[in-house]
Amino acid sequence: MHMPLEDSLGLNLLAANQHRAEHNRAHFDAWDLLCLNVMSSPGAGKTSLLERTLSQLADDFAMAVLEGDMTTQLDAERLEAVGVPVVPITTGRACHLDAAMVSGGLRLLQQRLDPADLDLLWVENVGNLVCPAEFEVGEHRKVALLSVTEGDDKPLKYPVMFREADCVLITKVDLLPYLPVDVERIAAHIHQVNPHCSVIQVSASRGDGLDAWHDWLRQQRTAQQSRSLVVA
Amino acid sequence: MHEVDMTRCLLLSMQEWRQRHAPSVPTVRTVHLQVGDFTCVEPEQLSITWGVATADSWLQGSRLAIEPVPLVGRCLACGGSYSPSAAAGYRSPCCNRPMEEIVSGRELRIRSVDYELRASETTAPNAPKPDPNPDPSPTPSQSAVPSAVPLRT
Repeated sequence: MHMPLEDSLGLNLLAANQHRAEHNRAHFDAWDLLCLNVMSSPGAGKTSLLERTLSQLADDFAMAVLEGDMTTQLDAERLEAVGVPVVPITTGRACHLDAAMVSGGLRLLQQRLDPADLDLLWVENVGNLVCPAEFEVGEHRKVALLSVTEGDDKPLKYPVMFREADCVLITKVDLLPYLPVDVERIAAHIHQVNPHCSVIQVSASRGDGLDAWHDWLRQQRTAQQSRSLVVA
Repeated sequence: MHEVDMTRCLLLSMQEWRQRHAPSVPTVRTVHLQVGDFTCVEPEQLSITWGVATADSWLQGSRLAIEPVPLVGRCLACGGSYSPSAAAGYRSPCCNRPMEEIVSGRELRIRSVDYELRASETTAPNAPKPDPNPDPSPTPSQSAVPSAVPLRT
């Protein structure tokens, strides 16, 4: 008997991942922490940025990191040196973190601390501008990085990533004097695919824009806590 | 090739569908998908990976039928629909606005499944309806099958 099942379902192709992501987010909400998923191409400066942010905001927020990497724990070791708890997640051949991997990382994190004591949980994704955009891990905010060395056309070439981001950091702006790149054109391209996201120019090595970036973080945390109060 | 991971996730979604909707292991003929143009999925790669991944599983022999869904935006200045393109910087041709609202193109949807029940089950007059309160624990007959389909690469 042949049975087309037309009520299926409205199942998202990624429903299995979505369910796990929502499960993770429910835990984050119960722990009253803000989870940020940090994504970019390899070498855009995710780890360098986190080194500075973790260090400079150490007195403001209790933080931990789930660090995704395909084969090594080098980035995790760099961030651990800053003095925050870091759980490395080695993805093997997978070019992104998914919700199940983050769930496994959370279990390891819980062996070291009580997540309810955290304010911010960082998920540093695998360097890739394509699939991390489609695989939610339960984050509250998506942060995408784009370095000035990558050229101004990347928001148009990888529009899904920049459409999904809540905040885009244009990194390595200290290199602008040496590059034939128009940073305003990069920002304009980002806003063409996502007119509502925040765009902040930063240099982790020189410190440009970090105050604005940290202000954005504080605003997101405050907004989350305000919503929690309303719900409660 | 992230279609491998997309396929892995699709297999898990199908597994969950089977546990909720099908009383026993069905023979799946075709899985109908809608894949938007504004996603990170390449339909041809997904079909190739599907064939490899479902070999020796309960989905062996099934195929994907992928319906592409075009990217359509709505210009918030005039309300008109348009087809955003990279060449035009995703701007609306009518009012030169950025891509503010996406009407379609983000779909990654399992639209329907064509399947047959095994011989002993074919007297069922209608397709099984979703259980509004599905029991998360597998029934004895479901427990005889793996809870997750391994991906062969």
